[in-house]
Amino acid sequence: MPELNLTSAPAHLRHGSSIGQPLTRRDGVLKVKGQATYAADNHPPGMLFAVIAVSSIAHGRVTSLDVAAAKRHPGVVDVMTPDHKPELAIDPEIKTNPFVFRMEVLQSNEVRYANQPIAVVIAETLEAATEGAVLLAPRYEILPALVGLDAGESYVPPVVGVGNPAENHHGDVAAGLASADKQIDATYETPAQYHNAMEPHAIVAHWNGDNLQIDMPTQGLMLSLARVAELFGVAHDNIHIRSPFLGGGFGSKGLMAGPPALGIMAAKLAGRPVKLVLRREQMYGPVGHRAPTRQRLRIGADAEGRLTALDHHARTVSSTFDDFYEPAADASHTLYAAPAIRTSHDAVRVNTGTPLFMRAPGEATGSIALESAIDEMAWACGMDPLAFRLKNYAEVEPITGKPFSSKALRACYDQGAARFGWAERSLQPRQMRDDAGLLVGWGMGTATFPALMFQAEARATIRRDGSGAMEIGAHDMGQGAWTALAQIAADAVGLDIDRVNFKAGTSDLPDAGIAGGSAHTATAGAAIHSAGAAVIAKLADLATNDERSPLFGAGNTGVIARDGRLIRRDDEGRSESYAGILARAGVAEVEARGTGAPNPAAMEEYAMHAHGAVFAEVKVDPELGQIRVTRMVGAFAAGRIVNPHLVKSQLFGGMIWGQSFALHEEAITDRRSGRIMNANLGEYHIPVNADVPPLDVITVEEHDPHVNALGIKGVGEIGITGSAGAVANAVWHATGVRVRRFPIRIEDLLTQT
Amino acid sequence: MKQFDYVRPATVAEAVAAAAQPGATYLAAGTNLLDLMKGNVSRPDRLVDVTHLDGLDGIEHLADGSLRIGALVSNADLAHDAEFAKTYPAVAEALLSGASAQLRNAATVGGNLLQRTRCAYFYDTASRCNKREPGSGCDARDGENRTHAVLGWSESCIATHPSDFCVPLLALDAIIEIEGPKGRREIALDELHRLPGNTPERESALEPGDLIVAVRLPPAARGFAAHARYLKVRERTSYAFAIVSAAAALRIENGKIAEARLALGGVAAKPWRARAAEDVLKGVAPTADAFQEAAWRALTDAKPSGDNAYKIELARRIVVRALTLAAAGTPARIPALPASPFASTSGAIHA
Repeated sequence: MPELNLTSAPAHLRHGSSIGQPLTRRDGVLKVKGQATYAADNHPPGMLFAVIAVSSIAHGRVTSLDVAAAKRHPGVVDVMTPDHKPELAIDPEIKTNPFVFRMEVLQSNEVRYANQPIAVVIAETLEAATEGAVLLAPRYEILPALVGLDAGESYVPPVVGVGNPAENHHGDVAAGLASADKQIDATYETPAQYHNAMEPHAIVAHWNGDNLQIDMPTQGLMLSLARVAELFGVAHDNIHIRSPFLGGGFGSKGLMAGPPALGIMAAKLAGRPVKLVLRREQMYGPVGHRAPTRQRLRIGADAEGRLTALDHHARTVSSTFDDFYEPAADASHTLYAAPAIRTSHDAVRVNTGTPLFMRAPGEATGSIALESAIDEMAWACGMDPLAFRLKNYAEVEPITGKPFSSKALRACYDQGAARFGWAERSLQPRQMRDDAGLLVGWGMGTATFPALMFQAEARATIRRDGSGAMEIGAHDMGQGAWTALAQIAADAVGLDIDRVNFKAGTSDLPDAGIAGGSAHTATAGAAIHSAGAAVIAKLADLATNDERSPLFGAGNTGVIARDGRLIRRDDEGRSESYAGILARAGVAEVEARGTGAPNPAAMEEYAMHAHGAVFAEVKVDPELGQIRVTRMVGAFAAGRIVNPHLVKSQLFGGMIWGQSFALHEEAITDRRSGRIMNANLGEYHIPVNADVPPLDVITVEEHDPHVNALGIKGVGEIGITGSAGAVANAVWHATGVRVRRFPIRIEDLLTQT
Repeated sequence: MKQFDYVRPATVAEAVAAAAQPGATYLAAGTNLLDLMKGNVSRPDRLVDVTHLDGLDGIEHLADGSLRIGALVSNADLAHDAEFAKTYPAVAEALLSGASAQLRNAATVGGNLLQRTRCAYFYDTASRCNKREPGSGCDARDGENRTHAVLGWSESCIATHPSDFCVPLLALDAIIEIEGPKGRREIALDELHRLPGNTPERESALEPGDLIVAVRLPPAARGFAAHARYLKVRERTSYAFAIVSAAAALRIENGKIAEARLALGGVAAKPWRARAAEDVLKGVAPTADAFQEAAWRALTDAKPSGDNAYKIELARRIVVRALTLAAAGTPARIPALPASPFASTSGAIHA
């Protein structure tokens, strides 16, 4: 891959350090000019096209495929089926670690969900492969499909989310509810949702003997590499994955799924490079989704509006063959103080692709139910929703009792409410109208997301010409890693950002972990920070141990790195340039590695979360029921903000997703067949530009000394939480109709005029 | 993809001859057809590209006061023709409420009339669909059907016609000019689309080779310019089909409705003219009571075809609102959010 030509930051924005600067994306010009190479833009010589045939039934088996007809079609080279495919090194049904999910790579003719890959047609052109897939005309033995939240007997899953217990509690919930002056008992439903990244899952796979070159968007280069290595029995060093840009991932490109593995198999079978790109409708099955939920909340409060108990139960689904459980009820672990809290989950198995992490997994689904229920409880208590939330503010993490590492949520409430004008809100619903007679409603929600850290490594270099390099296999999903991590790198090595060659996005670089859990900037940033400190320390050793240096005798801790020079901390008049130090020492460069990792001691002591408060205004046509969001304000406290410009974009995106959750998104599944009937972006609705109101984001200052060395909490997912509930609560406030099934639909609001 | 022939005839006569062959279909902008082909729903053997034919992309004012719109005029060009928008404001508003700006730039007048239903079971080739595969059955009937038809449906088919454009055209008694193997003829738009009955695969009155060359608005259509609106309720502000829509056009003289026109969209396999409702409005004052009465008349024959009973009540309310808006007078400018209940929202960006 040629060096990326990342554009420079405008010089006038600089005030000494890169962190904190609102730089625009350094890869922006490449993207605007179409020069950013996404996986499917690669065309190695001799490349063939592979197209997947997918099952149209949700349960049963494939009894025949007309392979001969497909092969007769001009341009078709081969058809990969369960009977004709390269052998894998291990059984894909074996879960070799908790982050391995079962995939369909033609290991049998069994069909376990609709849109499951059942064959792959390989051809000289995309058109020929596409028609070949049609000509396979599969026939099936059809078995009844399990569909919906009541599909079968429920069970308590062993864990939910990533290793969380399915049940959790403190205090006596029954006693708390019994002693309550006011109670609510409400059940909410959220639908299945699909990630729908703009860029479909794609792979270009190229075998060269035992070496395997892969172009594939991935949120986890090394996890993917390890999975490819074990599936194909190839040494790690013989695999090279390039993933410089992702057109969105949202969790669906984190772990290796079946379709890219099929691309690698097709390349092996054909003996030529192969490109395989999913069609939009094929993304509704084998690459994960957000599971539907049904959540029951029982909440009690005393006469002063203090919570006496909070009971949050979530029903969800998993596939018939693997386990992932949307940890929806866990949203109630963090936010509100109550003497008794219980969270629990159960599940049923349905004929679906296995659900997966999708932007704010658990937090998003749980948040819209919890924030709706808290709003209902506030109303039952006759209290303003903000006052009610403040009354029940959690000073410590409710179930664990741990102090928060930092929590500027009060400031979020204050600043958000002030910017929104919340004080003018009527307590009663259906009181506010605009000049045109439209109902106006104001709602709010509290946002929260854990501040996570994973493991990462980075390599820093200072070169004799005074420039630096920072290498880390980090992932830019569009969120701006090329920019934000480069800013951290620049500060880490004391150079202007344009003097640091920042490399990311390939598997030959140090392992950056996974871009997920809103933890990538924190984790990769910590590794970069640590590598930079280490390389500066090496450089400082060279200088301070050399009596010819003006820094001689300063000691390692006695210098700071700034603008390409080491400077004596106690005497800024004494300094030496990196180039000068290396030239005199006669070395071409110094290099050091650093790591980023969670701090178990701090995690033991503190609860670590980002927080926020979202305020929304909607207008509703009183007779026709159509809803329009007209204003949103979000105030978020997420520790140190590396790049305010990119952070705002992330939070805007999250808030829009929250609106989408409340009003638009739903995979419509045929109740009989289990097929998804709106597997396209025309009918699977998300907000279009005309739906998105003026958005206002406030980043609230927050210093957190415990989460990591840089004090970063992450902003990738928190924007959805709070926002979805805020919109739903605003709809209630506008209309007086409490809708508990999402997305809220026009017919839900036609009940009165 | 399936291999197909692509022909680009030089004249209308050549086009008609080419398209009269079995397996042939016309291609204009292809905003619907190409999706259908990619989804394997339509598998034509031959595409007859008419986009290069001369003389089909003009907007002509005829001597008798009619307007003749060539079949290849784009939706965007027609909607943005100032004279057209002023004279037939409900039509322009309907056009601008449809699809997205990109699609409107490409889509043509003739193609819009012939777009296919958006019933998911029609698009899903694994489902039974009498329209796609006659006699196979209708999986929508007991399926996910909250947006399906409430008027004119049959046990064979509960699909709706998705066009916005056709709704006000129908209210204004548009006439369709057709060139066919047997020469030129014209029919009322109301006769173009068919209700499903037992033959939902027969969607229009067109015969093989028939080419729509123009849509004509008769002189009387001009009489409604002062009181004409299109209203569309949908699940997002842009790029969504109508749950229900209505075009209302009134000729008001001396405080009374001299003539009313009303048509509904999203409720049936064809744009739905509500003549009974028009009749009750003739000669009465434009009052809320009159509009309520009209709304009841318009939906007298409606019945749910599934989880869509709400559409009947919604349609009544839309009729009342559309008539109310029309009576209040056509706005001087088409709103930034055309046909939206939020059209009056200030500061809205264009949809």
